[in-house]
Amino acid sequence: MSELSRTQSATSRRPDRAALAVAVFLGGLAGLIFWDSSRLSAMANYSKIGPATVPFVIAWCLLGLAIWTAVAAFRSEFPARERQDIPPVAWIVGGLVLQMLLLRIAGFSIATGLLFAFTAAGFGRRKLWITIPVGIVLCLAVWLIFAGLLQLSLPAGPLEHLFF
Amino acid sequence: MSTFEFLLQGIGIAMQPMNLLYALVGVTLGTAVGVLPGIGPALTVALLLPVTYRLDPAGSLIMFAGIYYGGMYGGSTTSILLNTPGESASIVTALEGNKMARKGRGGPALATAAIGSFVAGLIATIGLAFIAPFVVKVALVFGPREYFALMVLAFVTVSSAFGDSTLRGLTSLFIGFALAIVGIDQLTGQARMSFGVPDLLDGIEVTTLAVALFAIGETLYIAAQGATGPDKVEAVKGSVWMTKQDWSRSWKPWLRGTLIGFPIGAMPAGGAEIGTFLSYATEKRLTKHPEEFGHGAIEGVAGPEAANNASAAGTLVPLLTLGLPTTATAAIMLAGFQQYGLQPGPLLFATNPQLVWGLIASLLIANFMLLVLNLPLVGLWVKLLTIPKPWLYAGILLFATLGTIGANPSVFELGMLLGFGLLGYIMRILGYPIAPVVVGLILGPLAEQQLRRALAISQGDPSVLFTSPIAAVLLTIAALALIVPLILRARGRGQVLSQLAASED
Repeated sequence: MSELSRTQSATSRRPDRAALAVAVFLGGLAGLIFWDSSRLSAMANYSKIGPATVPFVIAWCLLGLAIWTAVAAFRSEFPARERQDIPPVAWIVGGLVLQMLLLRIAGFSIATGLLFAFTAAGFGRRKLWITIPVGIVLCLAVWLIFAGLLQLSLPAGPLEHLFF
Repeated sequence: MSTFEFLLQGIGIAMQPMNLLYALVGVTLGTAVGVLPGIGPALTVALLLPVTYRLDPAGSLIMFAGIYYGGMYGGSTTSILLNTPGESASIVTALEGNKMARKGRGGPALATAAIGSFVAGLIATIGLAFIAPFVVKVALVFGPREYFALMVLAFVTVSSAFGDSTLRGLTSLFIGFALAIVGIDQLTGQARMSFGVPDLLDGIEVTTLAVALFAIGETLYIAAQGATGPDKVEAVKGSVWMTKQDWSRSWKPWLRGTLIGFPIGAMPAGGAEIGTFLSYATEKRLTKHPEEFGHGAIEGVAGPEAANNASAAGTLVPLLTLGLPTTATAAIMLAGFQQYGLQPGPLLFATNPQLVWGLIASLLIANFMLLVLNLPLVGLWVKLLTIPKPWLYAGILLFATLGTIGANPSVFELGMLLGFGLLGYIMRILGYPIAPVVVGLILGPLAEQQLRRALAISQGDPSVLFTSPIAAVLLTIAALALIVPLILRARGRGQVLSQLAASED
């Protein structure tokens, strides 16, 4: 009995910070919806049920879930988490950001080829001088199939203009 | 016309050469993508949606049917040859199937999975054809409040009835709802949650969200596990053909699996997993070889695999007849319908019978094609499994972004893809289920529409929602499905429920 209560008090002293962050996020999301819908209901207050009704309900529920999550965080009710290795995640996110920024300027093949190489790097293939050309050639082939044959509108850059 | 005539007419449509070609391309692509480790049926369908963009609605939906069945089949190959318990629908197949493969009986395991899937798919698709018109008749008397109650029930079962936490399931669902209200309100035309950003006025694309959560979130999660050794792919040794004994031990589990899987899929309760677990438990109890269970019993592959496919076909009952997706895969298929301005539901059966029956018939054809295609091509699928992780995931992200760019080549859309990818990654770390977000996004607006219609009819009186007997019963079931698991978990009996969790499809 005493041991049980001791472990309980020990865990309750250290709330789960990630879960608390989720609670704050949910609360923030609820606040955002409240703020946005109050603007709406000012515009459409002639009817009881309007475009703001459902967002208000959702926001209230999110607020409730935020409180529930916070309580669960203090009780440490969340499952154990596996250790996360951050560098691979950074490689892949970096690849996605690069693709996003370069898509308009450099075209589909170069931008997505870089994403390809960076993702491979995230999984341990760090020889970028090999993976970048491989990625670009592969993406060019994909571009030729999808933009050429299936007529998908994929942005063209200098490389693609060599073909079309 | 009777169901039989409709079905014959549908087969006529599906047998047109172009449509046969679409079905063939669909099953091949679906299997090839579904086989890749880490890609479940939901992601398979989301990734391949762009391939169908330029086809006419009928052709595209027929290809889709092939992709859906192919993806389901591919997943079971993966779990037999590569022990990946991450994919929930075929997790049970992995239990016995992988053990069989390790004993050098991978061939018969694949064969019983393939033939079992075929038998189940055949019976369940015919079941779908005969049940659908009946459900449509029932659905015609449904008004807005009954639809709303039905959707509430689907929300509860998808998010919180199964899985290991009511809190996290509901949170996922409400994140989906929050994303669903972004864009122009369908009834009044006012912009909500779009903060003056024109890109947000159209709302958030279901495919963008699904691809981001499943493909990018999953890739980030796998990458963050660091360098783990290569997964061991079991070689298929010896004959792929089943012996006489294999046949006699398989046929009953196939039929039982179908009987268990189909009704579970057809109910608005979601998840192919429940059926597979029930089927596994049944086979374990009825078998004459209990000592083999856990060491590669063929019944343990045949039954669950049949149940899996039968409930995949069953899921199409609420999807086609009520427009109600109960799994993430069905939610993405609904998005596929919507891109052609088609809303599945009782009306679609009346306004576009050729399309619906053509689709049902092509499911039958896809099923035949898979049987013919898969056993001879097993060697090719095994090769796909051996793609090293860096290339595999680099390729997955290539195609994930390709789909988004192809649908909407804007930097903003790619930014959303990245943002939701990170959201999916964080949710994955913290143990939040993904499927409820996707279902919430697509079903949320439909539920809101029905709710507001119901309330408009009653001039704002919310009691109208409970006063129809059908709606009252549905809402009561929904309330029970929310409360009973809460009590079970509080009493420490949650393990059973978390085993039944529908984590992906």
